[in-house]
Amino acid sequence: MKKSEISCPFSEVRTNIGFGEMDDQNDPVTMLLRHKDVRKGAHDWKTFQSGSTPGRIVIPSEVNIRTTRQIPFEVDPPQHKSFRDILDPWFKRPLEEKYQAKLTAQISALVDEVLAMDSVDVISEFALKLQSRALTLLLNTAYDKSDLWISWGTHVFRSEGEALDGDKAAILYDYIDAEIDKAIANPGPDLYSVLLASEVDGTKLTKEEVKGVMILTFAGGRDTVINAVSNSLAYLADNPKSLERLREEPEIRNRAIEELIRYYAPLTQMGRVVTEDTTVCEHAIKADTRISLVWASANRDEKVFENANEVVLDRKMNPHLSFGFGTHNCLGATHARTIMKVLIEVLTAKVQSMEIISAEENIEELGEFKRKVGFHALQMKFNKK
Amino acid sequence: MAKITFITSDNETITLEGTSGSVMALAVDNGIKGIDGDCGGVCSCATCHVHVLPEHVAKTGEASEIETDMLELDDDADKFSRLCCQLEISEALDGVVLRVAK
Ligand code: FES
Repeated sequence: MKKSEISCPFSEVRTNIGFGEMDDQNDPVTMLLRHKDVRKGAHDWKTFQSGSTPGRIVIPSEVNIRTTRQIPFEVDPPQHKSFRDILDPWFKRPLEEKYQAKLTAQISALVDEVLAMDSVDVISEFALKLQSRALTLLLNTAYDKSDLWISWGTHVFRSEGEALDGDKAAILYDYIDAEIDKAIANPGPDLYSVLLASEVDGTKLTKEEVKGVMILTFAGGRDTVINAVSNSLAYLADNPKSLERLREEPEIRNRAIEELIRYYAPLTQMGRVVTEDTTVCEHAIKADTRISLVWASANRDEKVFENANEVVLDRKMNPHLSFGFGTHNCLGATHARTIMKVLIEVLTAKVQSMEIISAEENIEELGEFKRKVGFHALQMKFNKK
Repeated sequence: MAKITFITSDNETITLEGTSGSVMALAVDNGIKGIDGDCGGVCSCATCHVHVLPEHVAKTGEASEIETDMLELDDDADKFSRLCCQLEISEALDGVVLRVAK
Protein backbone atom coordinates (compact mmCIF):
# COMPACT_ATOMS: atom_id res chain seq x y z
CA MET A 1 0.00 0.00 0.00
CA LYS A 2 1.28 3.43 -0.88
CA LYS A 3 2.13 5.71 2.02
CA SER A 4 -0.44 8.26 0.93
CA GLU A 5 -3.35 5.81 0.93
CA ILE A 6 -5.98 5.83 3.65
CA SER A 7 -8.20 2.79 3.80
CA CYS A 8 -11.70 2.97 5.20
CA PRO A 9 -12.08 1.07 8.47
CA PHE A 10 -15.86 1.55 8.48
CA SER A 11 -16.80 -0.28 5.25
CA GLU A 12 -18.06 -3.55 6.64
CA VAL A 13 -19.98 -2.14 9.57
CA ARG A 14 -21.40 0.63 7.40
CA THR A 15 -22.77 -1.90 4.91
CA ASN A 16 -24.00 -4.50 7.36
CA ILE A 17 -25.16 -2.53 10.39
CA GLY A 18 -25.00 1.18 9.59
CA PHE A 19 -23.68 2.44 12.90
CA GLY A 20 -20.70 1.85 15.15
CA GLU A 21 -20.10 2.45 18.83
CA MET A 22 -17.28 3.91 20.85
CA ASP A 23 -16.69 4.95 24.40
CA ASP A 24 -15.38 8.45 24.92
CA GLN A 25 -14.38 9.07 28.54
CA ASN A 26 -17.50 7.30 29.83
CA ASP A 27 -19.80 9.28 27.55
CA PRO A 28 -20.51 6.73 24.81
CA VAL A 29 -21.10 7.62 21.17
CA THR A 30 -23.25 5.97 18.50
CA MET A 31 -21.42 6.57 15.23
CA LEU A 32 -23.54 7.17 12.12
CA LEU A 33 -21.70 5.72 9.14
CA ARG A 34 -23.93 5.93 6.06
CA HIS A 35 -23.95 8.94 3.77
CA LYS A 36 -27.73 9.35 3.99
CA ASP A 37 -27.86 8.99 7.77
CA VAL A 38 -24.97 11.36 8.31
CA ARG A 39 -26.59 14.01 6.12
CA LYS A 40 -29.98 13.56 7.77
CA GLY A 41 -28.40 13.72 11.20
CA ALA A 42 -26.54 16.90 10.34
CA HIS A 43 -29.71 18.42 8.92
CA ASP A 44 -31.94 17.60 11.89
CA TRP A 45 -30.56 20.08 14.42
CA LYS A 46 -33.64 19.79 16.62
CA THR A 47 -33.13 16.11 17.41
CA PHE A 48 -29.34 16.27 17.23
CA GLN A 49 -28.19 19.27 19.17
CA SER A 50 -24.98 21.26 18.99
CA GLY A 51 -25.67 23.67 21.85
CA SER A 52 -25.06 21.18 24.62
CA THR A 53 -22.56 21.54 27.50
CA PRO A 54 -19.49 23.24 25.99
CA GLY A 55 -17.05 20.60 24.77
CA ARG A 56 -19.48 17.71 24.77
CA ILE A 57 -20.13 17.42 21.04
CA VAL A 58 -16.44 17.24 20.30
CA ILE A 59 -14.85 13.78 20.22
CA PRO A 60 -12.75 13.27 22.28
CA SER A 61 -14.96 15.28 24.61
CA GLU A 62 -13.46 18.48 25.98
CA VAL A 63 -15.85 18.99 28.89
CA ASN A 64 -12.97 18.49 31.32
CA ILE A 65 -10.74 21.10 29.77
CA ARG A 66 -13.00 23.97 28.83
CA THR A 67 -16.13 25.81 29.88
CA THR A 68 -16.08 28.40 27.09
CA ARG A 69 -18.72 27.74 24.46
CA GLN A 70 -17.23 27.66 20.98
CA ILE A 71 -19.19 29.88 18.61
CA PRO A 72 -20.98 29.38 16.25
CA PHE A 73 -20.63 25.63 16.27
CA GLU A 74 -21.89 25.02 19.81
CA VAL A 75 -24.95 27.23 19.30
CA ASP A 76 -28.23 26.05 17.76
CA PRO A 77 -30.67 27.93 15.55
CA PRO A 78 -32.17 30.48 15.63
CA GLN A 79 -29.33 32.17 17.52
CA HIS A 80 -26.79 30.33 15.42
CA LYS A 81 -27.84 32.28 12.33
CA SER A 82 -27.30 35.63 14.02
CA PHE A 83 -23.69 34.68 14.70
CA ARG A 84 -23.16 33.24 11.22
CA ASP A 85 -24.51 36.45 9.69
CA ILE A 86 -21.67 38.46 11.21
CA LEU A 87 -19.02 35.78 10.71
CA ASP A 88 -19.76 34.56 7.18
CA PRO A 89 -18.72 37.75 5.31
CA TRP A 90 -15.44 37.86 7.25
CA PHE A 91 -14.68 34.20 6.58
CA LYS A 92 -15.42 34.68 2.86
CA ARG A 93 -12.59 37.22 2.53
CA PRO A 94 -10.25 34.54 1.11
CA LEU A 95 -12.20 34.92 -2.15
CA GLU A 96 -10.82 38.45 -2.60
CA GLU A 97 -8.00 38.91 -5.09
CA LYS A 98 -5.86 40.94 -2.71
CA TYR A 99 -6.16 38.29 -0.04
CA GLN A 100 -5.16 35.56 -2.48
CA ALA A 101 -2.16 37.57 -3.63
CA LYS A 102 -0.88 37.72 -0.05
CA LEU A 103 -1.51 34.03 0.47
CA THR A 104 0.30 33.24 -2.78
CA ALA A 105 3.31 35.23 -1.60
CA GLN A 106 3.35 33.30 1.69
CA ILE A 107 3.05 29.86 0.11
CA SER A 108 5.56 30.67 -2.66
CA ALA A 109 8.14 31.68 -0.08
CA LEU A 110 7.52 28.50 1.88
CA VAL A 111 7.84 26.28 -1.20
CA ASP A 112 11.08 28.07 -2.13
CA GLU A 113 12.33 27.32 1.37
CA VAL A 114 11.68 23.58 1.13
CA LEU A 115 13.02 23.38 -2.43
CA ALA A 116 16.35 24.57 -1.07
CA MET A 117 16.45 21.84 1.59
CA ASP A 118 17.67 18.24 1.18
CA SER A 119 14.52 17.01 2.83
CA VAL A 120 11.82 18.39 5.06
CA ASP A 121 9.30 17.17 7.63
CA VAL A 122 6.12 18.22 5.90
CA ILE A 123 4.11 18.23 9.13
CA SER A 124 6.21 20.47 11.38
CA GLU A 125 8.18 22.40 8.77
CA PHE A 126 5.63 22.88 6.02
CA ALA A 127 1.98 22.29 6.88
CA LEU A 128 2.16 23.78 10.40
CA LYS A 129 3.99 26.85 9.13
CA LEU A 130 1.65 27.25 6.19
CA GLN A 131 -1.42 26.99 8.42
CA SER A 132 -0.11 29.38 11.07
CA ARG A 133 1.00 31.99 8.57
CA ALA A 134 -2.23 31.78 6.60
CA LEU A 135 -4.12 32.27 9.86
CA THR A 136 -2.60 35.74 10.19
CA LEU A 137 -4.46 36.63 6.98
CA LEU A 138 -7.71 35.15 8.20
CA LEU A 139 -7.46 37.07 11.46
CA ASN A 140 -6.00 40.11 9.68
CA THR A 141 -3.15 40.39 12.19
CA ALA A 142 0.61 40.85 11.86
CA TYR A 143 2.56 38.09 10.08
CA ASP A 144 5.06 37.67 12.90
CA LYS A 145 2.31 36.51 15.28
CA SER A 146 2.57 33.18 13.51
CA ASP A 147 5.99 32.48 15.05
CA LEU A 148 4.42 31.95 18.45
CA TRP A 149 1.63 29.74 17.07
CA ILE A 150 4.17 27.62 15.22
CA SER A 151 6.08 27.18 18.48
CA TRP A 152 2.97 25.61 20.05
CA GLY A 153 3.36 22.58 17.78
CA THR A 154 0.73 20.83 15.70
CA HIS A 155 -1.83 20.36 18.46
CA VAL A 156 -3.46 23.04 20.49
CA PHE A 157 -5.13 20.73 22.98
CA ARG A 158 -2.79 17.77 22.87
CA SER A 159 0.74 16.79 23.65
CA GLU A 160 2.45 13.66 22.38
CA GLY A 161 0.74 10.59 23.75
CA GLU A 162 -2.04 12.41 25.56
CA ALA A 163 -5.50 12.81 24.06
CA LEU A 164 -6.27 15.99 25.94
CA ASP A 165 -4.02 18.26 27.86
CA GLY A 166 -5.61 20.93 30.03
CA ASP A 167 -2.34 22.80 30.63
CA LYS A 168 -1.71 23.06 26.94
CA ALA A 169 -5.24 24.26 26.23
CA ALA A 170 -4.77 26.89 28.94
CA ILE A 171 -1.88 28.39 26.97
CA LEU A 172 -4.23 29.07 24.06
CA TYR A 173 -7.03 30.40 26.30
CA ASP A 174 -4.69 32.75 28.17
CA TYR A 175 -3.23 33.94 24.91
CA ILE A 176 -6.66 34.70 23.47
CA ASP A 177 -7.74 36.49 26.68
CA ALA A 178 -4.67 38.71 26.43
CA GLU A 179 -5.24 39.43 22.74
CA ILE A 180 -8.86 40.39 23.44
CA ASP A 181 -7.73 42.80 26.16
CA LYS A 182 -5.22 44.32 23.76
CA ALA A 183 -7.93 44.80 21.14
CA ILE A 184 -10.21 46.45 23.71
CA ALA A 185 -7.44 48.88 24.69
CA ASN A 186 -6.37 49.47 21.12
CA PRO A 187 -8.91 48.44 18.47
CA GLY A 188 -7.53 47.66 15.01
CA PRO A 189 -8.57 46.01 11.75
CA ASP A 190 -8.25 42.49 13.19
CA LEU A 191 -10.92 39.86 13.86
CA TYR A 192 -10.80 40.41 17.64
CA SER A 193 -11.68 44.09 17.20
CA VAL A 194 -14.30 43.37 14.56
CA LEU A 195 -16.02 40.90 16.88
CA LEU A 196 -15.82 43.24 19.89
CA ALA A 197 -17.56 45.91 17.82
CA SER A 198 -20.24 43.53 16.49
CA GLU A 199 -23.76 43.08 17.72
CA VAL A 200 -25.84 39.94 17.75
CA ASP A 201 -29.60 40.42 18.07
CA GLY A 202 -29.07 43.98 19.26
CA THR A 203 -26.46 43.27 21.93
CA LYS A 204 -22.70 43.62 21.74
CA LEU A 205 -20.74 40.39 21.87
CA THR A 206 -19.35 39.67 25.33
CA LYS A 207 -15.68 38.95 25.91
CA GLU A 208 -16.60 35.35 26.56
CA GLU A 209 -18.40 35.12 23.21
CA VAL A 210 -15.48 36.67 21.35
CA LYS A 211 -13.23 34.17 23.07
CA GLY A 212 -15.55 31.35 21.96
CA VAL A 213 -15.25 32.40 18.32
CA MET A 214 -11.49 32.80 18.54
CA ILE A 215 -10.87 29.41 20.19
CA LEU A 216 -12.84 27.78 17.43
CA THR A 217 -10.93 29.69 14.76
CA PHE A 218 -7.62 28.56 16.23
CA ALA A 219 -8.52 24.97 17.05
CA GLY A 220 -10.93 24.10 14.24
CA GLY A 221 -8.59 25.09 11.44
CA ARG A 222 -5.40 23.61 12.75
CA ASP A 223 -5.23 19.79 12.56
CA THR A 224 -7.71 19.87 9.71
CA VAL A 225 -5.68 22.14 7.45
CA ILE A 226 -2.46 20.36 8.42
CA ASN A 227 -4.05 17.01 7.49
CA ALA A 228 -5.46 18.30 4.20
CA VAL A 229 -2.16 19.86 3.13
CA SER A 230 0.14 17.03 4.18
CA ASN A 231 -2.06 14.19 2.88
CA SER A 232 -2.40 15.98 -0.45
CA LEU A 233 1.36 16.41 -0.71
CA ALA A 234 1.83 12.72 0.06
CA TYR A 235 -0.67 11.87 -2.67
CA LEU A 236 1.10 14.02 -5.26
CA ALA A 237 4.44 12.50 -4.29
CA ASP A 238 3.11 8.96 -4.56
CA ASN A 239 1.39 9.68 -7.89
CA PRO A 240 3.83 11.75 -9.95
CA LYS A 241 1.51 11.83 -12.96
CA SER A 242 -1.11 13.65 -10.95
CA LEU A 243 1.08 16.73 -10.47
CA GLU A 244 1.83 16.68 -14.18
CA ARG A 245 -1.87 16.45 -14.94
CA LEU A 246 -2.73 19.35 -12.64
CA ARG A 247 -0.05 21.37 -14.38
CA GLU A 248 -1.41 20.64 -17.83
CA GLU A 249 -5.13 20.69 -17.07
CA PRO A 250 -5.81 23.64 -14.79
CA GLU A 251 -9.53 23.18 -15.46
CA ILE A 252 -9.61 20.03 -13.31
CA ARG A 253 -7.91 21.60 -10.29
CA ASN A 254 -11.12 22.47 -8.51
CA ARG A 255 -12.43 18.93 -8.87
CA ALA A 256 -9.09 17.52 -7.75
CA ILE A 257 -9.14 19.63 -4.60
CA GLU A 258 -12.68 18.55 -3.70
CA GLU A 259 -11.68 14.95 -4.35
CA LEU A 260 -8.58 15.11 -2.16
CA ILE A 261 -10.72 16.68 0.55
CA ARG A 262 -13.30 13.90 0.16
CA TYR A 263 -10.80 11.07 0.19
CA TYR A 264 -8.73 12.37 3.09
CA ALA A 265 -11.64 13.72 5.21
CA PRO A 266 -9.36 15.83 7.43
CA LEU A 267 -11.84 15.68 10.31
CA THR A 268 -13.13 12.16 10.93
CA GLN A 269 -16.32 12.95 12.81
CA MET A 270 -18.27 15.44 14.90
CA GLY A 271 -20.75 14.68 17.68
CA ARG A 272 -24.25 15.83 18.55
CA VAL A 273 -26.35 15.36 21.69
CA VAL A 274 -29.69 13.61 21.19
CA THR A 275 -32.60 15.67 22.50
CA GLU A 276 -35.32 13.00 22.36
CA ASP A 277 -35.48 9.22 22.08
CA THR A 278 -35.05 8.29 18.43
CA THR A 279 -33.66 5.56 16.17
CA VAL A 280 -30.97 5.27 13.53
CA CYS A 281 -30.79 2.12 11.39
CA GLU A 282 -33.46 0.57 13.64
CA HIS A 283 -31.18 1.12 16.57
CA ALA A 284 -32.67 2.96 19.54
CA ILE A 285 -30.85 6.08 20.66
CA LYS A 286 -31.77 7.54 24.02
CA ALA A 287 -32.21 11.21 24.77
CA ASP A 288 -29.14 12.90 26.27
CA THR A 289 -26.75 10.36 24.75
CA ARG A 290 -24.46 11.25 21.88
CA ILE A 291 -24.27 10.40 18.23
CA SER A 292 -21.48 11.24 15.86
CA LEU A 293 -21.61 12.15 12.21
CA VAL A 294 -18.73 10.24 10.68
CA TRP A 295 -17.83 12.33 7.65
CA ALA A 296 -14.92 10.03 6.81
CA SER A 297 -17.23 7.03 6.52
CA ALA A 298 -19.96 8.84 4.58
CA ASN A 299 -17.31 9.97 2.10
CA ARG A 300 -16.51 6.33 1.27
CA ASP A 301 -20.11 5.14 0.94
CA GLU A 302 -20.13 2.94 -2.19
CA LYS A 303 -23.84 3.65 -2.61
CA VAL A 304 -22.98 7.26 -3.44
CA PHE A 305 -19.42 7.25 -4.77
CA GLU A 306 -18.20 5.02 -7.54
CA ASN A 307 -14.72 3.66 -6.76
CA ALA A 308 -15.13 5.25 -3.36
CA ASN A 309 -11.74 4.08 -2.10
CA GLU A 310 -9.77 5.58 -4.95
CA VAL A 311 -8.74 9.13 -5.63
CA VAL A 312 -10.45 9.98 -8.93
CA LEU A 313 -8.74 13.28 -9.57
CA ASP A 314 -11.42 14.68 -11.88
CA ARG A 315 -14.47 13.25 -10.09
CA LYS A 316 -17.43 15.24 -11.30
CA MET A 317 -20.23 14.45 -8.88
CA ASN A 318 -18.77 14.64 -5.44
CA PRO A 319 -21.27 15.22 -2.64
CA HIS A 320 -18.62 14.74 0.05
CA LEU A 321 -19.19 15.77 3.64
CA SER A 322 -15.70 16.80 4.64
CA PHE A 323 -16.94 20.29 5.47
CA GLY A 324 -19.96 18.93 7.29
CA PHE A 325 -23.47 19.50 6.05
CA GLY A 326 -26.43 21.77 6.70
CA THR A 327 -26.66 24.51 9.29
CA HIS A 328 -23.29 23.92 10.86
CA ASN A 329 -21.26 23.44 7.71
CA CYS A 330 -17.65 24.49 8.13
CA LEU A 331 -17.14 28.22 8.68
CA GLY A 332 -13.53 27.90 7.54
CA ALA A 333 -14.29 26.04 4.30
CA THR A 334 -13.58 29.02 2.05
CA HIS A 335 -10.25 29.58 3.79
CA ALA A 336 -9.35 25.89 3.48
CA ARG A 337 -10.34 25.67 -0.18
CA THR A 338 -8.37 28.81 -0.98
CA ILE A 339 -5.28 27.42 0.73
CA MET A 340 -5.56 24.26 -1.37
CA LYS A 341 -6.10 26.24 -4.56
CA VAL A 342 -3.06 28.46 -4.00
CA LEU A 343 -0.96 25.50 -2.91
CA ILE A 344 -1.72 23.63 -6.14
CA GLU A 345 -0.99 26.77 -8.18
CA VAL A 346 2.37 27.25 -6.52
CA LEU A 347 3.34 23.57 -6.66
CA THR A 348 2.53 23.22 -10.35
CA ALA A 349 4.52 26.38 -11.08
CA LYS A 350 7.62 25.52 -9.07
CA VAL A 351 7.88 21.83 -8.28
CA GLN A 352 8.85 19.09 -10.71
CA SER A 353 8.30 16.16 -8.36
CA MET A 354 8.24 15.12 -4.72
CA GLU A 355 9.37 11.97 -2.94
CA ILE A 356 8.38 10.50 0.38
CA ILE A 357 11.44 9.46 2.39
CA SER A 358 9.75 8.25 5.55
CA ALA A 359 6.39 8.55 7.24
CA GLU A 360 4.95 8.03 10.70
CA GLU A 361 1.20 7.51 10.53
CA ASN A 362 -1.32 9.21 12.79
CA ILE A 363 -3.91 6.60 13.66
CA GLU A 364 -7.07 7.46 15.58
CA GLU A 365 -8.51 4.78 17.86
CA LEU A 366 -12.28 5.03 17.70
CA GLY A 367 -13.75 2.12 19.64
CA GLU A 368 -13.77 -0.86 17.30
CA PHE A 369 -12.29 1.24 14.48
CA LYS A 370 -8.80 2.46 13.79
CA ARG A 371 -8.55 5.24 11.24
CA LYS A 372 -5.47 6.79 9.75
CA VAL A 373 -6.15 10.51 9.55
CA GLY A 374 -2.72 11.64 8.40
CA PHE A 375 0.84 11.63 9.68
CA HIS A 376 2.72 12.54 12.85
CA ALA A 377 5.79 13.01 10.71
CA LEU A 378 6.31 12.95 6.95
CA GLN A 379 9.82 13.36 5.60
CA MET A 380 9.79 14.43 1.94
CA LYS A 381 12.08 15.78 -0.71
CA PHE A 382 10.91 18.48 -3.12
CA ASN A 383 12.54 18.73 -6.57
CA LYS A 384 12.66 21.99 -8.51
CA LYS A 385 11.02 22.43 -11.88
CA MET B 1 -25.54 31.42 -27.16
CA ALA B 2 -28.18 31.14 -24.44
CA LYS B 3 -29.94 33.93 -22.55
CA ILE B 4 -30.37 33.07 -18.89
CA THR B 5 -32.40 35.18 -16.49
CA PHE B 6 -31.97 35.23 -12.72
CA ILE B 7 -34.45 36.71 -10.26
CA THR B 8 -32.71 37.36 -6.95
CA SER B 9 -34.30 37.32 -3.49
CA ASP B 10 -34.64 41.11 -3.58
CA ASN B 11 -36.55 40.79 -6.85
CA GLU B 12 -33.86 42.08 -9.14
CA THR B 13 -34.01 40.56 -12.63
CA ILE B 14 -30.69 40.03 -14.40
CA THR B 15 -30.30 38.47 -17.83
CA LEU B 16 -26.91 37.06 -18.84
CA GLU B 17 -25.64 35.41 -21.97
CA GLY B 18 -23.44 32.34 -22.01
CA THR B 19 -22.09 29.83 -24.47
CA SER B 20 -20.55 27.11 -22.32
CA GLY B 21 -19.79 26.03 -18.77
CA SER B 22 -22.29 25.73 -15.95
CA VAL B 23 -25.03 28.20 -15.04
CA MET B 24 -23.46 28.41 -11.57
CA ALA B 25 -20.14 29.58 -13.03
CA LEU B 26 -21.93 32.19 -15.14
CA ALA B 27 -23.80 33.44 -12.08
CA VAL B 28 -20.70 33.56 -9.86
CA ASP B 29 -18.62 35.32 -12.53
CA ASN B 30 -21.31 37.97 -12.75
CA GLY B 31 -21.88 38.30 -9.02
CA ILE B 32 -25.48 37.10 -8.91
CA LYS B 33 -26.57 37.55 -5.30
CA GLY B 34 -27.40 34.31 -3.49
CA ILE B 35 -25.35 32.01 -5.70
CA ASP B 36 -22.02 31.31 -4.04
CA GLY B 37 -20.92 28.08 -5.72
CA ASP B 38 -18.69 27.20 -2.77
CA CYS B 39 -17.69 23.74 -3.99
CA GLY B 40 -16.96 24.90 -7.52
CA GLY B 41 -19.71 22.75 -9.00
CA VAL B 42 -19.18 19.20 -7.74
CA CYS B 43 -22.60 18.95 -6.08
CA SER B 44 -21.42 19.06 -2.49
CA CYS B 45 -22.42 22.48 -1.12
CA ALA B 46 -25.93 23.38 -2.36
CA THR B 47 -25.00 27.08 -2.45
CA CYS B 48 -26.16 27.25 -6.07
CA HIS B 49 -29.81 26.41 -5.46
CA VAL B 50 -32.36 27.90 -7.89
CA HIS B 51 -36.05 27.37 -8.62
CA VAL B 52 -36.79 26.98 -12.30
CA LEU B 53 -39.93 28.87 -13.30
CA PRO B 54 -42.53 26.15 -13.96
CA GLU B 55 -43.02 27.08 -17.61
CA HIS B 56 -39.27 26.59 -18.24
CA VAL B 57 -38.77 23.18 -16.66
CA ALA B 58 -38.71 21.48 -20.07
CA LYS B 59 -35.53 23.43 -20.89
CA THR B 60 -33.56 22.28 -17.86
CA GLY B 61 -34.67 18.67 -17.68
CA GLU B 62 -34.65 16.65 -14.48
CA ALA B 63 -32.21 16.55 -11.60
CA SER B 64 -29.95 13.53 -11.17
CA GLU B 65 -30.33 11.27 -8.16
CA ILE B 66 -27.38 12.77 -6.30
CA GLU B 67 -28.73 16.26 -6.92
CA THR B 68 -32.22 15.26 -5.78
CA ASP B 69 -30.85 13.74 -2.57
CA MET B 70 -28.98 16.92 -1.86
CA LEU B 71 -32.03 19.10 -2.45
CA GLU B 72 -34.28 16.84 -0.41
CA LEU B 73 -32.63 18.14 2.74
CA ASP B 74 -32.77 21.80 1.74
CA ASP B 75 -35.53 23.58 3.62
CA ASP B 76 -36.78 25.69 0.71
CA ALA B 77 -36.56 23.00 -1.93
CA ASP B 78 -39.57 22.15 -4.06
CA LYS B 79 -40.16 20.22 -7.27
CA PHE B 80 -38.77 23.12 -9.32
CA SER B 81 -35.47 23.17 -7.44
CA ARG B 82 -32.16 22.62 -9.18
CA LEU B 83 -28.51 23.02 -8.28
CA CYS B 84 -27.46 25.29 -11.08
CA CYS B 85 -23.90 23.93 -11.16
CA GLN B 86 -25.55 20.90 -12.73
CA LEU B 87 -27.10 22.96 -15.54
CA GLU B 88 -24.77 23.02 -18.55
CA ILE B 89 -25.20 26.06 -20.74
CA SER B 90 -26.40 25.23 -24.26
CA GLU B 91 -28.94 26.46 -26.79
CA ALA B 92 -31.50 24.29 -25.05
CA LEU B 93 -31.42 26.59 -22.01
CA ASP B 94 -32.05 29.76 -24.03
CA GLY B 95 -34.70 31.92 -22.38
CA VAL B 96 -34.78 30.05 -19.07
CA VAL B 97 -35.78 32.01 -15.96
CA LEU B 98 -34.37 30.97 -12.58
CA ARG B 99 -35.38 32.27 -9.18
CA VAL B 100 -32.41 32.28 -6.80
CA ALA B 101 -33.33 30.38 -3.64
CA LYS B 102 -31.21 32.28 -1.13
S1 FES C 1 -21.77 24.76 -6.59
FE1 FES C 1 -21.71 23.38 -4.94
S2 FES C 1 -23.46 22.18 -5.26
FE2 FES C 1 -23.51 23.53 -6.94
